[in-house]
Order: sequence, then C-alpha cells, then structure tokens
Amino acid sequence: MRGSLFRKNLVTALLLAPAAAWLVVFLVLPFVAIAIFSVGERAPEGGYQAALTLAQYANLPARATAFWNTMVLAPVGALGCLLVAYPVAYYLALRAPQRWRLILLALIVIPFWTSLLMRTYAWMYILGGRGIPALLAYVGIEDLRLINTPGAVLLGIVYGYLPLMILPIYVSLERLDRRLLEASADLGATPLSTFLGVTLRLSLPGVMTGFSLVMILLLGEYLIPTLLGGGKVFFIGNALVDLFLQSRNWPFGSAIAITLVLVSVVVLIVANRISTRLSGARRVDLI
Amino acid sequence: MTAVPDIEFRAVTKRYGAVTAVGGIDLAIPPSAFVALLGPSGCGKTTCLRMIGGFEQPSEGQVLIRGNNMAGTPPYRRPVNMVFQQYALFPHLDVEENISYGLRQARPRLSSREISSRAGEALSMVQLAGYGRRKIHELSGGQQQRVALARALVNKPAVLLLDEPLAALDKKLRTDMQIELQNLQREIGITFVLVTHDQEEALSMSDFVCVMNGGRVVQLGQPSEIYDEPADLFVADFVGKTNLVSGKVAALSGDLVEVALADGTVISARKRLPLSRGEAVSVSLRPEALSLSAPGGGALKGIVRNRIFLGSTAEYAIEVQGIGSLLAKADHVIGKGNLFKPGEPVAIGFAAGAPLAFPHPKNNGTNQREDQNAEIPS
Repeated sequence: MRGSLFRKNLVTALLLAPAAAWLVVFLVLPFVAIAIFSVGERAPEGGYQAALTLAQYANLPARATAFWNTMVLAPVGALGCLLVAYPVAYYLALRAPQRWRLILLALIVIPFWTSLLMRTYAWMYILGGRGIPALLAYVGIEDLRLINTPGAVLLGIVYGYLPLMILPIYVSLERLDRRLLEASADLGATPLSTFLGVTLRLSLPGVMTGFSLVMILLLGEYLIPTLLGGGKVFFIGNALVDLFLQSRNWPFGSAIAITLVLVSVVVLIVANRISTRLSGARRVDLI
Repeated sequence: MTAVPDIEFRAVTKRYGAVTAVGGIDLAIPPSAFVALLGPSGCGKTTCLRMIGGFEQPSEGQVLIRGNNMAGTPPYRRPVNMVFQQYALFPHLDVEENISYGLRQARPRLSSREISSRAGEALSMVQLAGYGRRKIHELSGGQQQRVALARALVNKPAVLLLDEPLAALDKKLRTDMQIELQNLQREIGITFVLVTHDQEEALSMSDFVCVMNGGRVVQLGQPSEIYDEPADLFVADFVGKTNLVSGKVAALSGDLVEVALADGTVISARKRLPLSRGEAVSVSLRPEALSLSAPGGGALKGIVRNRIFLGSTAEYAIEVQGIGSLLAKADHVIGKGNLFKPGEPVAIGFAAGAPLAFPHPKNNGTNQREDQNAEIPS
C-alpha cells in the first residue's frame, strides 16, 4: 500500500519534472533576477550594481509616455480586434455553410504562417509615402501622413492579432446550443434581443479569453510600434529594448519589467472575474 | 363545427432539397384539445410542429393559427410557445429568470411587479414554488421539464407545442408527468400539441391522435378510434400490439370479407379499405381479442410456446401450424386457475368483428426519410 502510493507520487513527480524544471530555469529564476536588479543601481559602465533602493521605481514617470501609449493602445487595439473579430467569428460559427467553415477558418489562419515581421513591413510600404498617401495624392488629397502615427500602430495591432481574437470567440459560438436561440425566439425575443440576451451573453467567455490574450501580448508588444510607429509611438516593449540594449540601464529596465508584469496580472485577474461573473458559475479557461 | 380551429394546415408540403419531409397535409386541430402527433422517427411530425412554431416555413401550402395565415410571421410574433426537446433552458439564467424571459420580451413592457407575480404563479403551477433562485444545472431532469413548461405557459400562448417532452425522463417520472400534463391542459383549457413516437403516451394523454407516416397524416381520431378502427395496416401495426396474419380474400359481402389464411382456415374479418377477390391481405388480430380455451372449439388450433404472467393479465405466445406465432393476452381471474402451460395445445377464438383485413401497402407514397426529427436542419 505504502509502496504503491510512493510509486504513484514518483510517477507524478517524473511527469511534472520537465515542465517544472523549464519553468524554474526560464521563468522563476529570470523573474527573481529581474526583481533583484530592479532594486539595484546602474553600474557606471552600464549593467547592474548591487544596491537596495526604490530609486528605479521612483523614476518610472520618466517613461510615462511609453506606459501611457501601452495603456491606451493595448486596450484600444484589443477592442478594435474584438469589433472586427466578433462579426467574423459569428458568421463562421452560425451563418457559414458547414462545409465551408474549415476552409474559411484556414483562410484566416494561413496568412499568419508568414512572419509577423514580413507582414508588418508590408504595411510599412502600404501606409508609407509611396503607398496609400501617393494614391490619394492623385485625387488631390495631399500631405496625408499615415505611417508613424498612433493610427498606423493601431491598424497593425488589429491586423496582427485578429486570429487570436477570432478563434476563441468562434469556439464559444460554435459550442452554443442552437436550440437556445430558437427558444429565445419562441418566447418572443426579436433577433436583436436574442443576440444580446443569449448569443452575446453565452459567448462572453470566448470574448474575454480573446481580449485578455491579445491585451497581454500587446502589453509586451515591440515590433509593430517600432515599424509602424517609427520611434514616435513608443510602447513599454520599446522602452525595455532601449534600456537593456542601448543605454544599458538594467535596474531601471527591470523596474519597468516588474511593473509590466504586475499590470498584466491585474488585467488577467480582472478579466477572469468579469467573465466568471457574466457566464454564471462556469469556470473559464483564459488560454 | 363553427369554431375556428386553433391550428390548421392547408395542403402543407415541406421539402429539404430533394427530400419531402411533409407531403401535402391538410389538418385542423380543434380548440382546447390535447392532440398528439404520433409516428415513427422521420414521419414529419417534428417538422409539422416546427412549422407551427415558425422555425420552418412550408414549401407549399399554409399554416394558420386561429384563422390567421402565418406565412412570413417569425417565431417571435406567433401566439404559440414550445417546450423543446431537452428543454433548451438558458444556462446563464436562474429558474425565475428563465420563466420570466418571455414576459420581459412583451411590448408594451410589463411592470416588474406583474412579471414577478406571473412568474411566481407559473412556478407554483408546476409545483416549483421556492425554486426561483436555483441555477438550471442544479435541477433534476423532472424539475427542468417543469421549468420548461412554466417558461412556455407563463406567456399564455394560444397553443402549447411539446416536442417529445418526456423522452428524457425515466418511466416513473414520465407517468407522473403524463398525468400532470393532462391536468394542466384541462385547467388552462388551451390546445396542447404533443409530438411523440411513443404510441402509449399518445393514446393515454391525448383527446385526439394524429398518426403520421412518410410525411402524411394517416389517421386523425380519438385514441380509442385509432386503436379499434385503424385506418390502414400501418396504424394497426404501429399503434398498440397486434398480430398480423396474411391471407387471401376468398369472398366479399358488404363490410365483411372472408379471408383464407395460409393454413386453409377461412375467417371472417371487417375491411376498412376497398378489397377485391383474390387480393393478398393482412389480418390484424389484437392480442386481447383472442380468447383461449381447451382444445375442441375455436377457429384456430395452436400450442402454447411461452407464457408471461403479468399479474392482472397473462401473455401467451402461441404457435399455430402454417401461420406462425400469435400473441394472445388473457385477463387473469383470481382463484380461477385458467393459465395454460407451455406445450399445452389450445384452441383460439375471437369475437366476431375483431379481425380487420387490410390490403398490403403499395410501395409508392411511403417515402420514408432518414431520422429527420433528431436534428434541426440548418
């Protein structure tokens, strides 16, 4: 009896060991290192120098613009994604003919097998001087600036993260029991109230999953603001690259990173709370 | 009858692509009746119900509710409510919110006081007072069934549609619900249209049974009529248990027909459909119409193969030479040891007028569809 219990525990331990080791080495240790760095000082030649100070945190307002851009553009971008993704997911799950569904889903996903870098470069040209502005110049609209604006970054974000929003919403709509929609209509609800009272309500877990997924990835976004924001629209991710690689101010970068992690955790918790409440007692998987 | 029927089908046909689910039905369902649409799966009964509810549109013909043509009227504007298979209760709402869902859709809006008092009444009507705040997944199957009933009835529909409402319940609960549904219908006095493939359920609950097969209405009548005077072989076989014995028409006289069975015995049967001399027929003999006695008399002779004693009755499987096995059902009289034993020879008699002769069905017109009422065609 004891032996078999021991064996069971051993098997469990062996099964968990690789994942646990991976997480300890690549997540926990770096996190601890960064936490320690964040209360240290910048060495004169750059990098880290041991200290115990909250000076780096006090200095956070120096990067307020990056925080502000991230805190505004990440939710707005996720919201933009949601507004584009929901109708697509709705069509795919509830309106598209069954035999077309997989093909249409594939068409959405396939472009994303190309590197995001390539596709974002493509947008650089489309939005750049020789792209849409050049076309608009033909019809007399001169001096239109698209590239290197918050709008361009937003567009890139919505484009880049769309599938991550579509898929969870699609799944939750796919699972929706169609008879509930008929029951709602039978009870006198117009299509609009059925959508608001049943369809949307029951797909909210998918919406919250997609939203928090995109939101969290956006908090660390680096590529899109660099290419489409042209150094004018700075994200926290850009600030981190700058601090760690250029100015080699590791402690300050670490303080920003820790703050970012805390913000992400808060976002996750809030999203989870909301979706749990909205969908009744059912548990919600975030990812 | 001058009253406008609650539900009327006028030459209604429903096709899905090349498949005809319902083929030209004319039907008038009288007001304040409990009507069962009975038939095997794929007979079109669920499609009919869904056309009343507005979830399907007829390909041809008209569906009228209380005299109004419903063509183009969406489900949410029809004065009917449905109890769905597996109930389709809203999982994100509690019991009371489910029940008041329809009331909240009413325009002009109802006051919240009226909504909650009507929902409360509906809850007590289905004996769930005090369950209002429960979550749906906390309820048993029987309770969910009651919530579904209350959710539909609270809107005071002209007609209540029930789509195999008892199929998911166990036998004991089903019997209780059958009685409760009957009582409810009498209390409220509106028309109930029940779809079922369970002939016992249809016979026991309804005032009228509409037997369907192959997308057509085969017979509409009171349960006893359906049972005693089936319109054709399908009804005779589908409703209740019966013995079907084949034979040939030997002679015709008015409503009666002499049928020569395979073993040479000639029996007298009633006919419900035109027959001609020499035509191959099936004779339907209800098990309870057969009487068993000691060898000597009777129309047929046989040997008891099996006996199932059921208390008030006993069922016998009797082997008749040249005809096959017949099922007989005899009442058991206490103290009168009238049970036959397996292996014992018996004589089989039947009341005059009990046997019914039917022509063999022709193969056209019975375009049976694949199990179509299990899925909702999109």
